Amino acid sequence: MADMTTEHELDTIDVNVNIGPQHPATHGVFRMVLVIDGEEVVDLVPHIGYMHRGAEKLSENMDYRQAIGYQDRTEYLAQFNAEMCYVQAVEKLAGLVPPDRAQYIRVILAELNRISSHFMFLGAFGTDLGVFGTAFTYAFRERENVLDLFEEVTGDRLMYAYFRPGGVAWDVPRDFKERVEWVCENALVGAMDLDKLLTDNEIFIMRTRGIGILNAQDAIDYGATGPVLRASGVQHDLRRAEPYSIYDRFDFEIPIGTNGDSYDRYLVRLAEIRESVKIVRQALAQMPEGPILPERMPRLLRPAAGEVYMRCENPRGEYGIYLVSTGGTQPYRLRIRSSCFCNLSALKHMTVGHYVADAVTILGSIDIVLCEVDR
Amino acid sequence: MSLPFLWGVFGVNMNVWLDAFVRLQLVVVVMTVTVMGLIYLERKFVGRLQMRLGPMRTGPFGTLQSIADALKLLTKEDLRPSTADFWLFEIAPYVTFVPVFMTLLALPFMDGWFVRDLQLGLFYIVAISGVTVIGYLMAGWASDNKYALLGAVRSAAQLISYEIPLILGVLAVSIVAGSLNLNAIILQQDTVPNLVLQPLPFIILLTAILAELSRRPFDIPIGESELVGGPWVEYSGIRWSIIFALTEYAGLWGFAVLGSLVFLGGWEWPFGTRSFWGDYDFVYQLFLVFTKSFFIILTMMWISATFPRLRIDQLMSFCWKILLPFGFFQVIINGIVVTYKPSEELRDVLLFLTSSALLVAMSLAIYLATRQPSREERVGKLLASRSAQ
Repeated sequence: MADMTTEHELDTIDVNVNIGPQHPATHGVFRMVLVIDGEEVVDLVPHIGYMHRGAEKLSENMDYRQAIGYQDRTEYLAQFNAEMCYVQAVEKLAGLVPPDRAQYIRVILAELNRISSHFMFLGAFGTDLGVFGTAFTYAFRERENVLDLFEEVTGDRLMYAYFRPGGVAWDVPRDFKERVEWVCENALVGAMDLDKLLTDNEIFIMRTRGIGILNAQDAIDYGATGPVLRASGVQHDLRRAEPYSIYDRFDFEIPIGTNGDSYDRYLVRLAEIRESVKIVRQALAQMPEGPILPERMPRLLRPAAGEVYMRCENPRGEYGIYLVSTGGTQPYRLRIRSSCFCNLSALKHMTVGHYVADAVTILGSIDIVLCEVDR
Repeated sequence: MSLPFLWGVFGVNMNVWLDAFVRLQLVVVVMTVTVMGLIYLERKFVGRLQMRLGPMRTGPFGTLQSIADALKLLTKEDLRPSTADFWLFEIAPYVTFVPVFMTLLALPFMDGWFVRDLQLGLFYIVAISGVTVIGYLMAGWASDNKYALLGAVRSAAQLISYEIPLILGVLAVSIVAGSLNLNAIILQQDTVPNLVLQPLPFIILLTAILAELSRRPFDIPIGESELVGGPWVEYSGIRWSIIFALTEYAGLWGFAVLGSLVFLGGWEWPFGTRSFWGDYDFVYQLFLVFTKSFFIILTMMWISATFPRLRIDQLMSFCWKILLPFGFFQVIINGIVVTYKPSEELRDVLLFLTSSALLVAMSLAIYLATRQPSREERVGKLLASRSAQ
């Protein structure tokens, strides 16, 4: 009988399941082909490029100021952070020094944008795990506050184009400080609400803890940055490692994880919201009055020939701008170092061996923005 | 019979088949209205939990939203993939819906009012509701879609597994009541509802119902963020509305009524068989049954709105390693207590004590099985590593 069973053992085949580009779990137009054996993921093939619009090439045919808008469209969840990186690269190239007030406005808005981006992650991550919209609405309530503030400051909710080489486009509204303080208070409440809803939830922990572990060495090898890297226990934050703008003036901490799993990535982002609030409050207290643009501002930027690489700590990781100038009004070459692209490259490493449902969790925990990956 | 207005209309001695037919139609009407009400209720209730208003535009406070949705679904194109298996694909929604509807036929909604009073009513309900899984499998197989197939296989595993705790839950009660007849089970709850005597089976039943209906956190076959709708991914229009609206919500209502009858005393508890308004007692009886079933429904909606989805292996081990052993323990203990009871009063006390002890033990088992480092441990590590800078 024993021979019979082995002889007639049923053969099973691995099945390819295509997830995306139109799929609720893919946060945009990402496509991954899962090779599954029953419920277990045996192999994973990611496909990117659906959102490629040639942002880099387009920027090369524009004035330095015109290309700011493309930064918004590239990183559409952390527009201010992307703009900040770009305008700093241009400033470095053109030798402009923005006045203090402009620096503070930039830092406040960039940190608020980090908060809104992380709230977006928290909400979407809850939905990925199957919370029926509750985490999503909790997170979006706070995100709306931030966006309302941005709308008041810049006149736009999504494509701000507010930072300019040398400073910002115009001064902030008169009640800016009160508004920002109000947003910060609410952000802390929102972070607490989500903390209560998810952090100690048994099912949430069961679904995320130990799922998609990326150890510190692997994270570094894959070039992972941002919360993904810090969740793996590497204390690397460009705001601290090589402070740009005025980040050396603030006292804040860098939360890091211990296991490098999805749960730690969630915890790190939750903690970063609180740290960002800390930075915003300090910046508000220190913010001076004064001009928002340098006194001598050229009407047309003609940086001298040269090249510059500027990198910033964006909500999703290290965002880099490589600019080459040959002396004209347009950059000769602009290259964007995408944080999500590198983080995404670790997806297969993290997913293989887990279940289908975990693939969605892990993809969600990386927090990708496909426009930034494809550029 | 306590439906005087109806009996007056049709005359006293109705033909038994005509009588059954009229009752059947009444169940259909009440079910349809309740399903529409439940969809509205869920949208409003979950909306409240999520700090939003829910439907507001269609009619006053969005009350006509369900009707608008139904009309929209009816007029939508009934799509069928060209590679689908025609007959299986067309029939699958009915195969899922009909068993759910048939469970309603044995439920006594008030004293002496049911379509059929079955001696083995409880057995019948549990047996019939198990047929639903065939519809899931048919739909998943016939759709010729990998998501659907995966969902169908998942639902087969889940529904068949959770059938057993469901059976154990009601079996424990039927041992206490000494009957499988729903009327008899209700009538013996006039002073103490079964919830007090048997808290563990109630929790098991509630969990099993959530799983049987594939509601969150057990919506693994549907898995919106992974399988985009599971077995039903290729369905649209009227077929989808049969599955989604009718099957899901009629099932929810049917099981909630079952739970309220078996555990919460139906119309018996807390007033007993006392007559308040003579022939019009059915009003308060119906009110009691509906209140209790809506209590269960709202509990399930609350759970659904706040918990993430389990993974398939976690779901299975929860069923086979936690619910099933404790269900068996309860059934065995009930058998012993009922057989060797020292006295009637002591029997109830013993049942309550054993079931509560088992409930505590089960909670402990769940806690130990899913034990995580404490909050201080988890977040404390995070804080400690921060100051290491």
